[in-house]
Amino acid sequence: MKLKHLEYHLSNVSPFEKPKILLEQYVTPPHIAAYMLHHIQFEHGDITDKIVADLGCGTGCLTIGTATLDASMVYGFEIDSDALDIFQENMQQFELTNIEAIRCDILNIPRRFENFFDTVIMNPPFGTKHNAGIDMEFLKIGMLLSKKAIYSLHKSSTRKFVKKFVENLGCKVEIVAELKYNLPSTYKFHKKDSVDIEVDLVRVLI
Amino acid sequence: MKLLTHNMLSSKCLKNVNVGYPLSIKVEEMITSVVDFNPEFIARIIPKLEWNALKQAVNEVGKDSCLPNNLIENFENDEDFLKKVHHVLLEIEIVNGCLVCPETGRSFPINNGIPNMLLNEDEV
Repeated sequence: MKLKHLEYHLSNVSPFEKPKILLEQYVTPPHIAAYMLHHIQFEHGDITDKIVADLGCGTGCLTIGTATLDASMVYGFEIDSDALDIFQENMQQFELTNIEAIRCDILNIPRRFENFFDTVIMNPPFGTKHNAGIDMEFLKIGMLLSKKAIYSLHKSSTRKFVKKFVENLGCKVEIVAELKYNLPSTYKFHKKDSVDIEVDLVRVLI
Repeated sequence: MKLLTHNMLSSKCLKNVNVGYPLSIKVEEMITSVVDFNPEFIARIIPKLEWNALKQAVNEVGKDSCLPNNLIENFENDEDFLKKVHHVLLEIEIVNGCLVCPETGRSFPINNGIPNMLLNEDEV
């Protein structure tokens, strides 16, 4: 599947209705999601026929993209029931049978899922508001769940920190791409209509 | 929720629970769907399963699985067997109901196909 087709496909995934600041809910824009998934599959072959987890799946943009690229099975983990309601609607609209969703705290994922997945993908909360460090917690959990690779988005400004964090846990890390994340004004405290945030697509190898 | 997912879930994270596995299933609504058969995937997933928990789950949802009591040898090449496992793991879906912790009786609701494993702060 071509990148632009995937992007078009993912533009039909409904986003959050009322994003929650406490959970730092920002939708993954279709072009970022499409680029990320396209890269993961066509550079590394880590989606098709693989068992994949999407941590903090929100309304399911990355999950649905992963299923569309023929993962054997993809699990979306999400804490927020409103997001999961939309996730469920999205899933039905796309008529995919290789998706499962579980409502739980990412920090408390059932232990039998450790080493269950070939690939873990995520667009974690950036950990900038009330939950500093949450992005690193997500990454750490990803490293427990995956047998092979983790793909995650992090603010480029935290690159050094992310690298050191992963290396200290004994894994290899590479920055695969720098992306511009155009965040449309989501919350009332946002003063501009939109703002560009530079993010790294990070690949961690177990 | 597919029975594959049930096989992976436990209530071990609850305070004072030792094993918390397998969770028993109470079905309110269940459907059977059609999922493409991928023998390589099923063969790859079987070693990750707790076989007895799968057998128990199939019984609890009231389906006759024709699964053997023990996992057979050389299952990779037994298409008939893989098809049976495929059906119970991926095609039976619990839409509404709940999962129950075998030790505490704590119930985890399944709504609209999604199990809710979220715990209250005082339960961890």
